[in-house]
Amino acid sequence: MPKDGIGASTKRREDIRFLTGNGRYTDDINLRGQAYVHFLRSEVAHGRIRSIDTSAASAMPGVIRIFTAEDFGHAGGLPCGWLVTDRFGEPMQEPKHPILAEGKVRHVGDPICGIVAETLEQARDAAEAIELDIEELPAVVDMRKALEDNSVKVHDDLTSNLCYDWGFVEENKEAVNAAFAEAAHVVSVELTNNRLCANPMEARVAIGDYDPWNEQHTLYTTSQNPHVIRLLMGAFVLSLPEHKLRIVAPDVGGGFGSKIYHYAEEAFCTHVAKVLRQPVKWTSTRSEAFISDAHARDHVSKVELALDKDHNFLAIRSTTLANMGAYLSTFAPSVPTWLHGTLMAGPYKTPLVYVNVKAVFTNTVAVDAYRGAGRPEATFQLERIIDKAARELGVDGVELRRKNFIKPEQFPYQTPVAVEYDSGNFHATMDKMLELSNYANLDKRVEESRKKGKLRGFGISQYIEACGIAPSHLVGQLGARAGLYETATVRVNATGSISVLTGCHSHGQGHETSFPQIVADMIGIDASQIDIVHGDTATTPMGMGTYGSRSMAVGGSALVKATNKIIDKAKKIAAHLLEASEADIELKDGKFSVAGTDKSVDWAGVTLAAYVPHNYPLESLEPGLEETAFYDPNNFTFPSGCYGCEIEVDPDTGKVEIMAFTAADDFGVVINPMIVEGQVHGGLAQGIGQALTENCVYDENGQLLTGSFMDYTMPRADDLPVFKVDHSCFTPCTHNPLGAKGCGEAGAIGAPPAVVNAVIDALHRAGHTHVQHINMPVTPARVWAAMNSK
Amino acid sequence: MYAFDFVKPATLADAVTALGQDGAMPLSGGQTLLPTMKQRLNSPETLVSLTGITDLKGVRREGDALVIGAATTHAEVARDAAGDYPGLAALAGQIGDPAVRSRGTLGGSIANNDPSACYPAAVLGSGATIITNMREISAGDFFQGMFATALEEGEIITAIRFPIPERSAYAKFHQPASRFALTGAFVAQYAGGVHVAITGASESGVFRWSEAEAALSGNFSPDALNGLSVPAKGMIGDLHGTPEYRAHLAGVMTRRAVAAAS
Ligand SMILES: Cc1cc2nc3c(=O)[nH]c(=O)nc-3n(C[C@H](O)[C@H](O)[C@H](O)COP(=O)(O)OP(=O)(O)OC[C@H]3O[C@@H](n4cnc5c(N)ncnc54)[C@H](O)[C@@H]3O)c2cc1C
Repeated sequence: MPKDGIGASTKRREDIRFLTGNGRYTDDINLRGQAYVHFLRSEVAHGRIRSIDTSAASAMPGVIRIFTAEDFGHAGGLPCGWLVTDRFGEPMQEPKHPILAEGKVRHVGDPICGIVAETLEQARDAAEAIELDIEELPAVVDMRKALEDNSVKVHDDLTSNLCYDWGFVEENKEAVNAAFAEAAHVVSVELTNNRLCANPMEARVAIGDYDPWNEQHTLYTTSQNPHVIRLLMGAFVLSLPEHKLRIVAPDVGGGFGSKIYHYAEEAFCTHVAKVLRQPVKWTSTRSEAFISDAHARDHVSKVELALDKDHNFLAIRSTTLANMGAYLSTFAPSVPTWLHGTLMAGPYKTPLVYVNVKAVFTNTVAVDAYRGAGRPEATFQLERIIDKAARELGVDGVELRRKNFIKPEQFPYQTPVAVEYDSGNFHATMDKMLELSNYANLDKRVEESRKKGKLRGFGISQYIEACGIAPSHLVGQLGARAGLYETATVRVNATGSISVLTGCHSHGQGHETSFPQIVADMIGIDASQIDIVHGDTATTPMGMGTYGSRSMAVGGSALVKATNKIIDKAKKIAAHLLEASEADIELKDGKFSVAGTDKSVDWAGVTLAAYVPHNYPLESLEPGLEETAFYDPNNFTFPSGCYGCEIEVDPDTGKVEIMAFTAADDFGVVINPMIVEGQVHGGLAQGIGQALTENCVYDENGQLLTGSFMDYTMPRADDLPVFKVDHSCFTPCTHNPLGAKGCGEAGAIGAPPAVVNAVIDALHRAGHTHVQHINMPVTPARVWAAMNSK
Repeated sequence: MYAFDFVKPATLADAVTALGQDGAMPLSGGQTLLPTMKQRLNSPETLVSLTGITDLKGVRREGDALVIGAATTHAEVARDAAGDYPGLAALAGQIGDPAVRSRGTLGGSIANNDPSACYPAAVLGSGATIITNMREISAGDFFQGMFATALEEGEIITAIRFPIPERSAYAKFHQPASRFALTGAFVAQYAGGVHVAITGASESGVFRWSEAEAALSGNFSPDALNGLSVPAKGMIGDLHGTPEYRAHLAGVMTRRAVAAAS
């Protein structure tokens, strides 16, 4: 096996350029003669545009042109990529999402004018000289109020602020209600899944360029999926044929979901570069990011659990209000529905589940998927209600979970919420977590903390999630307006080195290191012989990009398929060179040999023959060695695991400190353990961030109160413990060639309930048993208030 | 940012002249002023940098007091005041992060008088004197509520004179996002009595908690504060904490500062 094959903790080759400041991000790109774009954005949450007078501003120094909605009359709105059908069989309400505000502004940050000037400061100066007459309208921010009959409407042309009322599984509703009516025990909790801002380190950037001689548009953009942007913007917004539209997403400094979507600024810059025959560049400021990047989560839920007298779970009933914001972002409708309802069975054999979700328009920034997307919301509900059930029934949470787990021998397991789990072993990850966290000695540690005046507690969260969203025909039936396959081209060069062209996009995941490990392993050559090409629609085959922890499970599987095609062909060439039968050719350590003989030819000998076909079976085999594969999975993959969080509360201030955090995950087969561990660390940091610190807050007028890092609390290194991460309890995915499941989101999915459960545990152990729940983020002020409420 | 002129005088006299022009503003560490300029919330026509004036920099002992130049950075105070006034040095060492501490200055912080800033607690709690190019102002007169001070147009703080206490300490509870003081307490014991200054909590900015001072002057121990509390009325309420929480923290932080005072 080559030293950098599957299973090797190869160091990330891309980190050398990132850590030395030599990455090439979109903002590092400057085109000759480029102009700068500044957007005049709404300062009010809701208003009717009476007039926009740009005459004085247009005459200011350096101003090239000011664009308003009228200049985009020919363009379509920003499309929504997922149509949800409600529980009555009707399609969701789908408002237009214009590039620049048409008639009304609907959230603080809604772009009204795009000013193009020779310098950025000139564009900003001009923005201040634009005379805007906006009639401010009452804003609707609270979802419950938005659904009241007499509520202000975000979109005048819709019947209400209700996007859809979704039921799942609608046919089970009565059976679920009946189970609750007869249950020995019913437990319920109301909770919110707090609104978040992704805040990748790199803010968004878009640069439009146009080559009139070839009628060629290029958009450089901070995207997780350049081909998706090309398809959405080309086909639905600007009517540009794909061969005339190139999207480049170079190094991207983190996305976490927020860079999946097609944004107005991208369409603006692409179109305006053509109008002006000049490249135009827009770079978001951090303040702008808070009011224009898609936000995340923002669910208000009530979840109920019915149990029989022996504490077997009988049914789950969950009702959620999901905030869509003012417009439907690209995949927004899918998050509270298909990415959430299908996980509401969790790792448990609950036979009946009913999930109702009402998606609501409000005068806030659009909300869409963010690390975990739907599965954190499902996991939070389940693991909180089970924790509460254990307390109310006076039983051990570990035992209650174990009793209701799907057993290892029950896979494949058909859940009552459509999905079929292929594999898993929840008992194993739970046992591993308990062992690594030294759970057995917890009481002793609680006592030691008590002596120091601190309240210690332990929280458990057992999650299962779904990655690599698929297969395309199924998601198509569920409303997806995109395919969800992935692709790879393996281009072998004459001297044996390899360029892998992938439709995935790496923006922190380490593909440049882990993808070559697969090819190196399969062929038996050194990983340094292999490079990844990604992020440019001009050079890579059409793929769907990177999100939903799909790259390894789906993109990696496409790569396996393409590499197998290469190996098949290379064996034919080797057979010819060695004058042997193809069936006798063996490939090992980068060498083709004839079984049972000492005749062999090395990898480079075969690749050279492919491109210099002097001695080559041209009559039966094309020269060259390049293969493409498209892989459309049969099913989702289902990573799972068990997390344990141990915390101390300072009773004087309510401050929570995480003392230890243990993660035992089942990611199936792991390609690069070090990268996987890093992904888990990042996910845990974001999950703990959601649980303890992060919160995106609007006031009742729709003004964002957390519009900067002075008020939006990102988790910092000193908020986090040293993580204990394990992925030894793995059950390979049964339906993809790698056996890999995906690891990118697990931490953010599993961590929040572990943290909140730990805080509740600490308070209960100290006698504050009146505290049933604390909403995230569990800030010092909230913990103190909860402890002191009676 | 709007366009502006920049001057960096070498003497206080030149700085005063430069500040006499319309639209001129002093720039010290820039940690507060520059972000507001970037957001176009502030638009000076001329920035007069104070950091090139040697007289405005450094920590020196003068009898029973420590005199610190207005343009001395937080990092320098943390280092150079540690021997004479460890409570003050420790406070400076907790401001912001290393980048902020090696730029931000004592004078800038005091002139700005952010209700959540740390230094005002030490200045008020030490009964310090603010020395300007025009006069000397006692700390009690200097701070006049959120972001308001006794400084007049064009007046420059040149130094602060801190009487050195027998013992002192600062206890700060972070506002989670900004890590300014959600509530901070500075406690200093002098021969004449104990001073307690609370920052971050009140709608009127930094204040002295006289009840606690009286109790601690008789018995300098955390227990002396038992039964005492700051009323919630007039305290700041925002998304990081209610007035009740801040009032409660004032007590907790004072107790911790007393325990830590050495
Ligand atoms: C990330 C971050 C974290 C921070 N955390 C904290 C914290 O935890 N605690 C805390 O207390 N502070 C904190 N600060 C604020 C920091 O301490 C600033 O340095 C300080 O408030 C202002 O000092 P400056 O020297 O940077 O002043 P500048 O920004 O240069 O000036 C501030 C104001 O004072 C005026 N001014 C400056 N010097 C003088 C003078 N000598 N005479 C008259 N007027 C003058 C200026 O004209 C301006 O109006 C933080 C700042 C940042 C950016």
